[in-house]
Amino acid sequence: MTSSSPSTASPAELAKFSAMADAWWDPEGKFKPLHKFNPLRIAYISDHMAAHFGRSLDVERPFEGLRLLDIGCGGGLVSEPLARLGFEVIGIDAAERNIGTARVHAERSGVPVTYRQATPEDLVREGQVFDAVLTLEVVEHVADVDLFLESIGTLVRPGGAVVAATLNRTLKSLALAKYAAEYVLRWLPRGTHDWRKFMKPSELTTGLRRAGLETRDVAGMTWNPLLDEWSKTQDVSMNYILFAVRAA
Amino acid sequence: MPSTDVLIVGCGLVGGTLACLLASHGVRVVVIDASPPPERLDPALDGRWSALAEGSRILLDRAGLWPALEPSSQAITDIRVCDAFSPLVLDFGGIGALGHMVENRSVRVALADRLATLAAATVRAPARLSTLERGPYRVTATLDDGERVDAALVVGADGRGSQVRALAGIGTRARAYDQTAIVQTIAHEESHDGLAVELFLPGGPFATLPLPGNHSLIVWSERAALVPGLLAADPAVYQAELAQRVGEFLGDITPVGRPQAFPLALHLAHRLADTRLALVGDAGHGMHPVAGQGFNFGLRDVAALAELLIDAHRLGQDPGAPALTEAYSAWRRPDTALMLALTDGLVRLFSNTHPVLTRARRLGLASVNRLAPLKDLLTTHARGTQALGRLPRLMRP
Repeated sequence: MTSSSPSTASPAELAKFSAMADAWWDPEGKFKPLHKFNPLRIAYISDHMAAHFGRSLDVERPFEGLRLLDIGCGGGLVSEPLARLGFEVIGIDAAERNIGTARVHAERSGVPVTYRQATPEDLVREGQVFDAVLTLEVVEHVADVDLFLESIGTLVRPGGAVVAATLNRTLKSLALAKYAAEYVLRWLPRGTHDWRKFMKPSELTTGLRRAGLETRDVAGMTWNPLLDEWSKTQDVSMNYILFAVRAA
Repeated sequence: MPSTDVLIVGCGLVGGTLACLLASHGVRVVVIDASPPPERLDPALDGRWSALAEGSRILLDRAGLWPALEPSSQAITDIRVCDAFSPLVLDFGGIGALGHMVENRSVRVALADRLATLAAATVRAPARLSTLERGPYRVTATLDDGERVDAALVVGADGRGSQVRALAGIGTRARAYDQTAIVQTIAHEESHDGLAVELFLPGGPFATLPLPGNHSLIVWSERAALVPGLLAADPAVYQAELAQRVGEFLGDITPVGRPQAFPLALHLAHRLADTRLALVGDAGHGMHPVAGQGFNFGLRDVAALAELLIDAHRLGQDPGAPALTEAYSAWRRPDTALMLALTDGLVRLFSNTHPVLTRARRLGLASVNRLAPLKDLLTTHARGTQALGRLPRLMRP
């Protein structure tokens, strides 16, 4: 495993990424909603991956020897924890500044993650294959969903696993995820989401099936405004997360 | 990645138990201790015992230590609390084991054996900290042999005079009680039947705790000024003073081995957590032994910190992140302050002869004995399976 270093970046860029890494990783900062939400996503990923790959979580590096691709890794809030859990993690993001940010943070915390500015299609062209692929809060932003899901199907090896998380397209999500989150609570910058691109669980599972991926579990992730806590529920009307596998 | 997840300074009962719990859940630990293992395990050095509440026993079981300890332990099946000037007693019997007496040395042997089997644990002894640097992303320690340890978190489990606490510049509030505890093993004629007795005398509480066979452990808190005289007195005089306090329920008594004396004091660290640092056990707080809570309370710290660290490990989180140390402090601080206040209050209430207080505490003991719900509450606290705050998962039955 190699740790990427931002050595090609200029000092000015490093300073910029450094400030952004601090912002991304500050639990009380502007990515606070993501920090609140993150442990739940990681618990879902690690529980399902441990069951699927027959690993115990009570060992030093539960997922040693498994290669994982984190599509849309952002500042590395999921990539780093999964690398700590023993996965060989490759994090990709279309935005150069996210990659720089994630690299700086991984370097400082000493966690080995390989970050690249790339698209899933780039990796398909390179013939890369992974034991596990994550697409968390990404599919609602991509231009060509069918191509995107097809790429995921190609990138995961037979017998491998995929975790996908996104927002359902319901009136509730229009009201809350779009208007409340962007305009009222100001959790997200305005224009972050285009509600018409949100996918119903049935649409996502159908798309995954076409790409050769069978959905095994779907769970809702629900925010309790009184406790300001997220929990796993049956309610998939807003945020949901699913686990799918490619037949061996 | 840092060379280890958690650096634990102090491999005594508290630090060692934390190391066992963490390493058996895959959290990597390096434990350092100032004393070399042979000295630590020398039977001549430490004839001390600890009263283990039920919650603590559960924790030691989860740490994989209890099976090795059980054979040499003694169950406490009945506790009587009495006031010197009153026939009224508070009796906690009849509900099964209230706790167990375990020899500190047995715990240390069990710890060393268990740690040797855990791949995620590295023990370095004898070793001392030379320097400790805590940055935003890691802790770097150098040991006195020049070795460097990188960790995500450092835990001070190094006792009352904690070096970790001093190196971190965390002060303490302390108050000496004008009392010294004399700890003495005795042999006796009659069986103790698992009975522990705590007698409140004007000089301080006097506890008789059952040990295996016809032996008991005396923890005798006495006015500090009287203790040197007692210890220097003719053995027959010392034995008579002991026998008079123990009473008659054990028949004739004989001291076994030499008495040990410990000045009693209360202390509390200004903070239990700081950047990439947590204090557990006596490094964070020390209290009067009146309620037999010192060791058990230290293990409560261990259970809380272990729970947070094991959960963080399962989520691939940074074990030394501010969120974790802050959660530890928020969990343990109120519980600690309350327990210190309670034990302090008990000592002040009982260690005097003021007539109003004497009457009040007699009425108190008698009415507690009559009020079943209040007694149940006190019992569950004595058993340590319930906490003033949230009880750590690892201590729940």
